[in-house]
Amino acid sequence: MYDKEKDLIGAFLRGEVDRRGLLKGLGAAGLTAGTAGTLFNMMSTQALAADFDWKAHSGKSLKLLLNKHPYADAMIANLQAFKDLTGIEVTYDVFPEDVYFDKVTAALSSSSSEYDAFMTGAYMTWTYGPAGWITDLNEWIKDPAKTNPQYGWDDFLPGVKASCAWNGQPGGALGSEDAKQWCIPWGYEQNNLSYNQEMFEKVGASVPKNLDELVATAAKLNKDVGGGVYGIGVRGSRSWATIHPGFLSGYANFGQKDLNVSEDGKLSAAMNTAESKAFHAKWVQMIQESGPKDWSTYTWYQVGTDLGAGASAMIYDADILGYFMNGGDNKMAGKLAYAPFAANPEAKAPTPNIWIWSLAMSNFAKDKDATWYFLQWASGLEHAIFGATKMDFVNPVRASVWKDEIFRERLNKSYPGYVEMHDVSAPGAKIHFTPQPLFFDLTTEWAATLQKMVAKEVPVDEGLDRLVESIDRQLAEAGLG
Amino acid sequence: MASVTHSSPRGSRFRISKRALPYVLSLPALLVCIGILIPFFTAVIYSFQRYRLSQPWARQFNWGENYLNFFTDPGFWNTLKISLLYAGVTVTLELLLGLGIALLLQRRSTVNNFISIMLLLPLMTAPALAALMWKLMTNPGFGILSYLASLVGLENFRWASSPDTALLTVVLVDIWVYTPFIMILLLAGLRSLPTQPFEAAALDGVPRSFVFFRITLPMLTPYILTATLFRLLDSIQQFDIIYAMTQGGPGDTLTVFQVEAYLNFFQSTNVGRSAALLIILWAITYALSNIFIKNWLRLRERARGEA
Repeated sequence: MYDKEKDLIGAFLRGEVDRRGLLKGLGAAGLTAGTAGTLFNMMSTQALAADFDWKAHSGKSLKLLLNKHPYADAMIANLQAFKDLTGIEVTYDVFPEDVYFDKVTAALSSSSSEYDAFMTGAYMTWTYGPAGWITDLNEWIKDPAKTNPQYGWDDFLPGVKASCAWNGQPGGALGSEDAKQWCIPWGYEQNNLSYNQEMFEKVGASVPKNLDELVATAAKLNKDVGGGVYGIGVRGSRSWATIHPGFLSGYANFGQKDLNVSEDGKLSAAMNTAESKAFHAKWVQMIQESGPKDWSTYTWYQVGTDLGAGASAMIYDADILGYFMNGGDNKMAGKLAYAPFAANPEAKAPTPNIWIWSLAMSNFAKDKDATWYFLQWASGLEHAIFGATKMDFVNPVRASVWKDEIFRERLNKSYPGYVEMHDVSAPGAKIHFTPQPLFFDLTTEWAATLQKMVAKEVPVDEGLDRLVESIDRQLAEAGLG
Repeated sequence: MASVTHSSPRGSRFRISKRALPYVLSLPALLVCIGILIPFFTAVIYSFQRYRLSQPWARQFNWGENYLNFFTDPGFWNTLKISLLYAGVTVTLELLLGLGIALLLQRRSTVNNFISIMLLLPLMTAPALAALMWKLMTNPGFGILSYLASLVGLENFRWASSPDTALLTVVLVDIWVYTPFIMILLLAGLRSLPTQPFEAAALDGVPRSFVFFRITLPMLTPYILTATLFRLLDSIQQFDIIYAMTQGGPGDTLTVFQVEAYLNFFQSTNVGRSAALLIILWAITYALSNIFIKNWLRLRERARGEA
């Protein structure tokens, strides 16, 4: 029974048939979607298990610490497949993002063995790694006895993969030869434009191509759309999270840096160059003219929900924020579109700074080998395809998922410009910060300085000079400057 | 040697010397005290260390360098100024309002009792939730308070998102939550005052203001001092309202001790600086408590005619 269909699915899993051919074949065979899905999962599990002993840790148990996020939802929806494949029992705790990283810090700093693996951002590993709280995963990735030969480590997008690897030297390049792989990328966000097509059409605005146009377009939208709609949403809370999305993406596009690294490895603040001051001045002007009135309290949540509710005309923020606001029961669902954005008119392409939701292994994990089984399954191709096609697991970190026609077609159909935006900006997408232990000090103070500039408490030039002075003092105190 | 004999439930007998008995009886209190002192002295030790979780290799005693750095750190002086200002403003306003409301509700009646219970409701709200509620009410797009402000000509009033009005906004939330605390303490005090002095003043036709300033207020002072002490200690350690509304911003407008120490520990993982900030905060609260308790004892002695 279903032999032909099994052969077809087997051919697909061996890469001999593409997904379109697979679906066409299954449809021709008269299989219902449910039956096809069951068969597909069964064959996927068999294929995964073909050359690798997934049952080596059967009977063991793991506990995960997860952030409430669509990536975690997708994993939980598919978790039974992992349990069936390995015989490993998995439990988890899920916390909202507001308190999530405090929970992680508390668990790890107390050397708790409660959690074996957890979700993290790459920036956080710059603290967790040197502190000895997480494990360098190279030991497992490079061990053929512990890693499925079909895992496909080379399939990960290079900029994303490198952004999760650091040698622990303050100022050391991400992804260098001697870098430790502190985490495995899971899903990531580029920072580009998500905009309301209806509002743009209403006022006859075209999609901005550089920072000057962005400032002008936001002002036009702010003035002409009406109904209290403001021009552009960007984050503004007193937090590192204000600096890393659109702000740093645009800043890096002008070739500007957060820190200089001298030949002897000393760090110094680099935000008070003439180019940096010019960029800051335009950014501040844009928020003053066209940003939300209570910008200084804005986190990703307010930026996203305002776009979804039709309170803002566009955002320069995480692309997946625009993605999620274009669906569900959002008021503006189906009205949003996407565009890559290079702030510098002379730049050849966008250089989005990226946020990577990743998976890391606790150094206090009860069984690291079993934990690695979970990590490689959760970051494997099969789960990535499941998440990308059946759940909202965007943006995938594997090149092969981005090549998947069904996935691309799904995005093109409901999210106009999303795939093109991704393809255009992916080559320049990476973490543009300098990895170093004072990352959160530096970026929080940078955000506070931006708040002062927008509130006209301090002029841009003076604010940046003071910021540089303060950061240099802190770097010196920490023995880094 | 004198001894005390105790019999255990099982009937066996053991003896504790009379001299040892007080120590044995105070042992549970001593154990609790040790439980409190261990974290305290751990924090003191951390505050004398250069200790960042992200730089474990650099951990060492720096003997007061964290404290010395505060002298040249404008951020610390801003924290000290904002913390004292916040505590001073909130406690003063809450005291005035609480006293005013207590005086209005002093006479026992069904309506007054009902109102005093209703006024306690904000006190039962978690401060962080109250802050989130106020954040919604002050939202410039749909907040009811922003709408009301616009009706009286305050268009674009930015509440907690402007450095000019952020302090005012969080003080309003603090007042909303904690004024009932002072009100209920002072109301209890007012209702427990002896009636004879007031009756005598009424017979003599003494003006109300004279009664208030010369009879009511002096007799109520121990209650006022108690309420002030509790609120002062609490508000100089304020965290939840400020963090939930502004995370200490805009800029450095509201970086009070607790917010700064929290960010230093959980975000920057700078344990040494965070501990030093908290030890300074402890020193301030200790000094304030001493001042208040000494005054309270002095007043009590005066009331007994001992001073």
